[in-house]
Amino acid sequence: MGVSTGNGLDLDELSKDLERNVLTTTVERMLAWARRSSIWPVQFGLACCAIEMMATAASRFDMARFGMEVMRASPRQSDLMIVAGRVSQKMAPVLRHIYDQMLEPKWVIAMGDCASCGGLYNNYAVVQGVDRIVPVDVYVAGCPPRPEALLYGLMKLQEKIGRSCGDRATNGREGK
Amino acid sequence: MGRSHSLLSMIQERLPWGIVEESSSRGEMTLVVAREAILEALSIAKEAGGPWMLTDLTAVDRFPAEPRFEVVYHLTCLFPPDRLRLKVQVPGLDPVVPSVAVIWPSANWAEREVYDLYGIRFSGHPDLRRILLPDDWEGHPLRKDYPLSDEPVEFRGVEPKPPAKIVPKGKAEGISANPFGSFDGRDEGAR
Amino acid sequence: MEAARETLTLNMGPQHPSTHGVLRVILEVAGETVVGCTPVIGYLHTGIEKEMEYRTYHQNINLVDRIEYLAAFHEELAYVLAVEKLLGIDVPKRAQYIRVILCELNRIASHLVWLGTSALELNVSSVYMYCFRDREEILDLFEMVSGQRMMPGYFRIGGLQWDLPDGFVERTRAFLDDFPRRIEEYETLLNDNLIWRQRYEGVAVLPKEDALSYGCTGPVLRGSGIPYDVRKAFPYSSYEDFAFDVPVGKNGDAYDRYLVRMAEMKESRRIVLQALDRLPDGPVLTNDRKVALPPRHELVRSMEAVIHHFKLVSEGIHPPKGEVYVAVESPRGEKGYYIVSDGSNRPVRVRVRAPSFYNLQALPRMVIGSLLSDVIVAIASLDIVLGDVDR
Repeated sequence: MGVSTGNGLDLDELSKDLERNVLTTTVERMLAWARRSSIWPVQFGLACCAIEMMATAASRFDMARFGMEVMRASPRQSDLMIVAGRVSQKMAPVLRHIYDQMLEPKWVIAMGDCASCGGLYNNYAVVQGVDRIVPVDVYVAGCPPRPEALLYGLMKLQEKIGRSCGDRATNGREGK
Repeated sequence: MGRSHSLLSMIQERLPWGIVEESSSRGEMTLVVAREAILEALSIAKEAGGPWMLTDLTAVDRFPAEPRFEVVYHLTCLFPPDRLRLKVQVPGLDPVVPSVAVIWPSANWAEREVYDLYGIRFSGHPDLRRILLPDDWEGHPLRKDYPLSDEPVEFRGVEPKPPAKIVPKGKAEGISANPFGSFDGRDEGAR
Repeated sequence: MEAARETLTLNMGPQHPSTHGVLRVILEVAGETVVGCTPVIGYLHTGIEKEMEYRTYHQNINLVDRIEYLAAFHEELAYVLAVEKLLGIDVPKRAQYIRVILCELNRIASHLVWLGTSALELNVSSVYMYCFRDREEILDLFEMVSGQRMMPGYFRIGGLQWDLPDGFVERTRAFLDDFPRRIEEYETLLNDNLIWRQRYEGVAVLPKEDALSYGCTGPVLRGSGIPYDVRKAFPYSSYEDFAFDVPVGKNGDAYDRYLVRMAEMKESRRIVLQALDRLPDGPVLTNDRKVALPPRHELVRSMEAVIHHFKLVSEGIHPPKGEVYVAVESPRGEKGYYIVSDGSNRPVRVRVRAPSFYNLQALPRMVIGSLLSDVIVAIASLDIVLGDVDR
């Protein structure tokens, strides 16, 4: 039964219309959704994995499908660092510097075995895992990981950001 | 082969005092020259025409033998193709070799790399600094007495035994020296 | 007027989109003109040469892949050739031909990455997308052969890990049949492109004499007009069986190096087609049981095979005392391995003669006096791999 108002609006119709077109959510969840859906990685390649990262961005695997194709050359414009390759002792301070220049909230993916744990190399020159320098959110295994593996890692990161409700204090790193 | 023999004979002719040893193995000519003669030997190669190129410069650590280091120069003749290897033996206590970077610009970075990784100094080099490692690095990692790594491999999920628990067999009670345990219940001691 | 004469120090890298890795260049500029250039390397120093002294000869095959990671097959080939020379063994003809096929495909793949990235730096993004499309097809072939896209680990001392899989030859042919059309497409996009020509022609000139004295090899040396190619000068792995030309430039500028690499891709295609046509039958691994693992079916029958297998896996091979230097023509130039053996199962010294290391030394010679924006073109036209420079 429709309830008519004086000016001819059908309130029932109106509420149905609102249900269809208006979502209610929290600001945090919306922020998380926005962050999750438009990750901008910093254009920063180190070694072999960087070539696979380029392949991921190129025509066949097309990272743009997930809203991440905007590789920024400046760390100040990006919110994800994909550490693609082995980190040498000489590179470590530079890498930390780049990480520090990125704006909060920011995330890190350790791409490949070398970035995750030193990989093949356990010697004087290679940092045994980039997690000794910067906090890492997702580890992608492989030497080098296939583009599919990197995409899976990126989607895992999206899940994680989505769960985090955009909590700045924990920087999206609170887990479940 | 012919060309390297001609360069070889030129070096033999002009530097008879500088040649320490001459050998050929697996079709590769090697000439060991005295430290004082290397600059001149490489100038001869530069003048030898038919373009010769200093393809590579590197070093080998023969620790603990003496003379400890060898600096190795690989020369390539482009036309007709040929190769010649020159070597200089360098004592471990006085690792200095005359730099050839002035004659061969290609040696510039290669000598810096040898200095960086072996600690061999090149006298007369225009800019002898570390090249691959950070400037404040200590030691020269490609030396044989430099460890590969001082970092043990980590295994998560496996609780390593604290060092005090690992004792020589038979010395401590209740701890089997055989990590797999004994087969027949007897405590080992025979092995 | 006073300000124009002052110079400014500009740091480029190690994180910079157009340095092809972690290269750092300290530039001294007066206005737009470069007056000083100091490359700083070592940001990817991995200690591979040291690491190899602690591994057996077989284990090292997987380490060398990761030095010049765009040309892993060349890296492996140079290494196994050097060890084979130390051992003094021969490799079956079929294995040699398959090595040539894979190396030349790898050269095409590597040059495609160079073409794509150097085009991307001048904002020709479509070429980058096209190049990676073609490269993916080659990587699929590599994956068919070895199971890995970039780091195959497929060559063995004395031959190959296993024979080519079914369908490989047909698929390679299908790719190569289509390839000239694609090269033509790139040439249409770039050779007729006014901006590309203006940015590349007459830029980053390296005269013949300097290319020689800096120890440059590969397309950099050939772009300067010296027809030196290791495949012709010191033929290895049956390269003397194939007819191919060595493309040479005239002026030694970036455009010549671009032309040389484009022509090299076509020559590589020629070599692969010849090798596919004449691919001999036979084994792909040497029969020398002191070097190569015995085939699986022998292990269940012969005790001797089991012993050989055990010795090879647990100890590895013991090349006789001595030293060798073997070079191959990688996409970047002369890739040489100098291996010193003392008769044990680990090398005393493995020196990798890295073409990028020597080519990069010529960078200051190329860019001093030119405009700042040409530095990017100069680095791109050198086609360095930082893993190769720093090792």
